[in-house]
Amino acid sequence: MRKTVPLTIVFASGIFMLAVFFVPHRRVQDTSQVLLEWDLVVWTCALFLSGLNLFIVNAKKVRRKERDWGYKVVLLVAFLTTLVTGLAWGVRAGTPFMFIYESMMRPLQATMFALLAFFISSAAYRAFRARTREAALLLAAGLIVMLGRIPIGDMIWHRIPVITDWIMSYPNMAAQRGILMGASLGAIATALRMLVGVERGYFGGEG
Amino acid sequence: MDLTILSTWIAAFLTLAILSFLYKDNPVYKFAEHLYVGVSAAYWMVYYYNNAIVPNLIDRLVRDHRWLYIIPGILGLLIFTRLIPRVVWLSRWALAFYIGMGVGVVIPATVQAMLVAQLRATLVPIWTGNVGASIVNILVVVGVLSVLVYFFFSREHKGALGGVARLGIYFLMISFGASFGYTVMARISLLIGRFQFLFYDWLHLR
Repeated sequence: MRKTVPLTIVFASGIFMLAVFFVPHRRVQDTSQVLLEWDLVVWTCALFLSGLNLFIVNAKKVRRKERDWGYKVVLLVAFLTTLVTGLAWGVRAGTPFMFIYESMMRPLQATMFALLAFFISSAAYRAFRARTREAALLLAAGLIVMLGRIPIGDMIWHRIPVITDWIMSYPNMAAQRGILMGASLGAIATALRMLVGVERGYFGGEG
Repeated sequence: MDLTILSTWIAAFLTLAILSFLYKDNPVYKFAEHLYVGVSAAYWMVYYYNNAIVPNLIDRLVRDHRWLYIIPGILGLLIFTRLIPRVVWLSRWALAFYIGMGVGVVIPATVQAMLVAQLRATLVPIWTGNVGASIVNILVVVGVLSVLVYFFFSREHKGALGGVARLGIYFLMISFGASFGYTVMARISLLIGRFQFLFYDWLHLR
């Protein structure tokens, strides 16, 4: 029950979805659509579990008055308020949930990502010292692409945007294609290992 | 007070709170950081409740009376046994369904979109009759092959294999540099967006 059932479920559902790709029959396609809906429900429940876990972990820290527990209270209040407003009033424009989204989540998210601009730049300053040929190539490509995306690049030399497009379209694409092919072979191998029950990481180390 | 003004002021305060981290880690930043974690976790839960659970479970059961949809409901509930150590093994059934579906979808999709499509795009004529286009095609073919050779670890990268792998590294470095430049510019444009919000929408400095 603890091992055979999950391994059987993985194999059966995996083989069926693989077969769907080769069988265009309407009933098979309809069944696969139903299964995909079920899959989304299970995935969403896993997301709910992660939210619940976030709540439990932080509530414990508040109860034990651990370090920075006051901030955990902020987290819990924000979490519960957003959840309750979303479930009680819905997510249409003008609801309290959308007010929280517009006034809190959107600016916080955008500023968090914008903040990364500074940290990427400072990391680059340390990492991009052209000590080797490889580092020099990295530095040159990065600088050209950055200059090619802003008006000053065009003002320095009108061909910089053209070179940027060329780098993005050819050497960059060639390398990305190689990475994609390598990654896809790895993904297929891992998927096959899971399908036949060799890879059992999802057992949580008890397989 | 007009809700739009209140929303702008809250957004401006939170924007400045996050930017204050550039000076150093401080209580105002920590407040905004924890607020962000709480709000975004609940936001995605509400989003998926409305877009996944309601149409694919509740509507199917309550409106359409398709009782077979009790199965994903039960599987979904089994996920929560992760929190009960005595019956934690039951959560594997739900995970197994999710993983099996993922595996079945990923294999053909990956072969089709990532392997065959990329191979087809790479298998181009070396000589096209136009020198510029031919050089570009050769560059792409050599780039893809050398990067693939670099990722081939079954033999030591020595001799000719080592030389080709080194060429692959050069292509990878150009690609990483280009991706880096692209990412930095995307982040900078977000930063410009935040400053535009602060100067135009909040302070009205137009």
